[in-house]
Amino acid sequence: MAEVEATTHTVHEAPTGFWRKYIFSLDHKVIGIQYWLLALFSVTVGMVLSIFIRINLVWPGTEIPILGQLFPVGAPDGVMTPEFYLSFLTMHGTIMVFFVLTTAPQGGFGNYILPIQIGADDMAFPVLNMLSFWVTFLALVVLMAAFFVTGGPPISGWTGYPPLSALGEIAGPGLGIGQDLWIISIAIFCIAALLGALNFITTTLDLRAKGMTLMKMPLTVWSWFVTAILGLLAFGVLLAAGALLLLDRNAGTSFFIPGGLVVSDQIIDHKGGSPLLWQHLFWFFGHPEVYIAILPGMGVTSHILSTFARKPVFGYRAMVYAMFAIGILGFMVWGHHMFASGMSPYTAIFFSLMTTAIAVPSAIKTFNWLGTLWGGNIRFTSAMLFSIGFVSLFVTGGVSGIFLNQPATDIALHDTYFVVAHFHIIMGVASIFGMFAGTYFWFPKMFGRYMSESLGKAHFWTTFVGVYAVFTPMHFLGLAGNPRRYAELTAFDFLKPLEPVHLFISIAAFLTISSQFLFFGNLIWGFLKGKKAGENPWEATTLEWEIPSPPPHDNFAGKLPVIHRGPYEFSVPGEDKDYTMQTEPEVSQDKS
Amino acid sequence: MTTIASRSNHRYYIGMYLGLGAVTMFFAAFTSAYIVRKGLSNDWQTTMMPAILWPNTLVLLASSLVLGKARRCIDNWNRFNLWWLIGSGLGLTFLAGQIWAWQQLVDRGVYVNTNPSSSFFYLFTGAHGIHLLGGIVALLYISWRVWNSKAATSERTAVGVTVLYWHFMDGLWVYLFLFLLIWR
Amino acid sequence: MQVKLLAFTIWAITTVTVVLFAGKYWWFPESASSHGESVDRQFMYTLWVTGVVFIIAQVALGYLLIRYRERPGRKAIYNHGNNKMELTWTLATTVLFYVMVIAGQGIWYSLYIEAAPQNALQIEITGQQFAWNIRYAGPDGEFGPISPELINDSAGNPLGLDLQNSAAQDDLVVPTMAIPINRPIELLLRSKDVTHAFSVRELRIKQDTVPGLVIPIQFTATRTGRFEISCAELCGLGHHRMRSFIEVLSEEDYSNWLVEQSEY
Repeated sequence: MAEVEATTHTVHEAPTGFWRKYIFSLDHKVIGIQYWLLALFSVTVGMVLSIFIRINLVWPGTEIPILGQLFPVGAPDGVMTPEFYLSFLTMHGTIMVFFVLTTAPQGGFGNYILPIQIGADDMAFPVLNMLSFWVTFLALVVLMAAFFVTGGPPISGWTGYPPLSALGEIAGPGLGIGQDLWIISIAIFCIAALLGALNFITTTLDLRAKGMTLMKMPLTVWSWFVTAILGLLAFGVLLAAGALLLLDRNAGTSFFIPGGLVVSDQIIDHKGGSPLLWQHLFWFFGHPEVYIAILPGMGVTSHILSTFARKPVFGYRAMVYAMFAIGILGFMVWGHHMFASGMSPYTAIFFSLMTTAIAVPSAIKTFNWLGTLWGGNIRFTSAMLFSIGFVSLFVTGGVSGIFLNQPATDIALHDTYFVVAHFHIIMGVASIFGMFAGTYFWFPKMFGRYMSESLGKAHFWTTFVGVYAVFTPMHFLGLAGNPRRYAELTAFDFLKPLEPVHLFISIAAFLTISSQFLFFGNLIWGFLKGKKAGENPWEATTLEWEIPSPPPHDNFAGKLPVIHRGPYEFSVPGEDKDYTMQTEPEVSQDKS
Repeated sequence: MTTIASRSNHRYYIGMYLGLGAVTMFFAAFTSAYIVRKGLSNDWQTTMMPAILWPNTLVLLASSLVLGKARRCIDNWNRFNLWWLIGSGLGLTFLAGQIWAWQQLVDRGVYVNTNPSSSFFYLFTGAHGIHLLGGIVALLYISWRVWNSKAATSERTAVGVTVLYWHFMDGLWVYLFLFLLIWR
Repeated sequence: MQVKLLAFTIWAITTVTVVLFAGKYWWFPESASSHGESVDRQFMYTLWVTGVVFIIAQVALGYLLIRYRERPGRKAIYNHGNNKMELTWTLATTVLFYVMVIAGQGIWYSLYIEAAPQNALQIEITGQQFAWNIRYAGPDGEFGPISPELINDSAGNPLGLDLQNSAAQDDLVVPTMAIPINRPIELLLRSKDVTHAFSVRELRIKQDTVPGLVIPIQFTATRTGRFEISCAELCGLGHHRMRSFIEVLSEEDYSNWLVEQSEY
């Protein structure tokens, strides 16, 4: 019988009324679902944008009536202009990186699960938590507004390099108010992210239940913890860069804009700024950002692989150290995005050597995932399938990075589809697989009902094969020299032989995107009609599986747990069950 | 053995330290931008420090001392209230002084876009000022909360973290001021 | 049954990927520069190393799924890891990758850190929205002064050459370029408005052209041909059509080309 430690009060009383319960809730579980839904909306918008991107690349000049109606200036008669294409591309990247990959893995699952997994009744700062979500929501609204202003969204990519992003409309459409809205949206997002980060860190440090030592925390908690530290240190720099860019655009300063510019025969009245300064500031944030996007997925993968292999995580301590190593090194490698930028070639060598270092903890994690499966008794649920998929995709996406991290081989590959393949596989796909896995895994806990396993498996198969079909060919486009961010492929002879590859990719993309309806449908079906789930449907060991599904408002109904075991005590010899809860008291005997 | 209450307050200090860590990164980014931009091209012209900033710095230092004193007197509502209001007043005075400094620059024809040096000057002082304004809002909020209850002890934690924040803003200002002075 | 299908799918994806890389169906064009061969060799070295890692990892993944799938009566082993193995494979990975990466730095060094030879032919390239302007120094070997105020695209002075100046008068500004084979070339890269990037696949060169900077890159062409120049940094709505050509010619043909161009 698990021990409990009584609390003298709950963090906050259960709310009444629709607004307090579902809209401005202070409950980390509701806020987690809100983040998750925001990500779901955002990923849908992002996928729709990618459909148009793929259509334009293969069938430029096609008339698409709905586009013509919605965007008569950007797509006259429904035909996408190059600037329209670039605006969609910019928004696709921005929405996906910020509002999908930086929300659901951390703000979504982290918010919902972290307090429960450490035995707390909520986050350290529930009001701040609510604010973090609504400020993120505000940032999304501001960003979406860019679609509807004169000139439309910016065309400078999610990386927003000046001078293109700093000179205003004279450098291109969308670079007027659209670019300002983009900057403001990101600035607002930075603030929300910082508030969230400090909440996660404080909660993990301060609210752990009795017996929940750091080395007994699930790897999911570690991943959210390290991710929050990265966010705390990185987002302030992006905010600073955004402020400088806004000033260059609107106050006549010259942080990033050099002198002597002539755009369309017009002399630009700026002096002495450095486009490279933006790149350094942006990527100082930008590289940790990609680890923010992937670390939660790594945590979820470790957690789920262990659970369904019925085995402890192989090398738990090494996994923790590896996450910290990835996090720390992640701050020292940003220059590998800038090998061709004109920065000092000595600096390039430094960043290349540092980046190689990151391969080491990444390899450790991969070995340990395989080590977790080794000797297991593997159950193939939908959640497990997506976690297995994560491992495969992480390897594929990771190894392509090794070509890019060497400046000499990067010359030919920089700014080509090889890079697009690399970051989509590792960020866009592996990370998303982490979210799918998390959804299938924790849905029964959140809603008290299972999602359909059949639909889940169908979703896995179509998506797993589909994403490889979409992104594997892109490596070869890159080798052949296909540049990124080209609105059309018609102007160069060397692009012509690549057209069939693009066709294959577009078709594969349409099919893979369509198969996501299996997921949407499953969510709705599961919510309405899913088989009822008990407390511990997966026979897992961590604290969330000891409370009702769905959990009560304050998680542990006033009785905070006391922890005695590690998080992954599966198949303990001598036990009749192949799983042992963290609250199970120790019997006095030697552990193996 | 820690009580639930003190365990609970610990978190606010952790949160504040973390928040200040984020603010540090923000100003670190500005600092590195300053150093890079200054070293870049030959269009840098030193911006003369407006005279008021010297006394104004002392005003901010004084406010920190006063608010620290208030925190130590928290159990005596009258003394607390007096020191707290004086400290808030000094804080507001500092902000007014910053605006005066800006006015002094404008009078000399030095605007945010006049020169990269002046751009950074406005940037540093403006960014610090916005953060300080947030601090002032917190100061006034606490004043308002204790006004009717005639007791400040319930706000011990709020007072503690606000004063921590204020000391940091003070230190940050001293750093920015010295930086602008020395690295001009 | 499903498990075997999953493992086979992973292996099939691995096989297809390997076949596509081995078959070189869509690949780099044949190198046309002296450093291109070194770069290509480093690429192949990397491909072998990463290829082996990729194959081993994916094969192992599939194997483990089949071998350790749940079956009645089985139990998983209770194992928390193995420090010796951790150390071994960590060390092996570190050595493998670092040896490879350090080997490649020499190419980068000779391209970007060593100065171009004294006798290198200097050609200036200025990107703009949305064209390339290539400038030759002319018989006097000196690039004449330019200034933004004198820029006038429609009047045929895209660089703002000070045509009163004798050093500028013999400068040749053209939209496509030619170079002699087997001679060191130094390109001086500039930009008029936003950041572009000068890229020629066959020469294995790619470099951002940053306004406010003059960035030198060097190479020597080793085979004749006519190669496309493309822009490799997002620069606005015409980014996809900043096309030009670089012709690698024999010394004689190159001299003729220069003469022809000057006659315009």
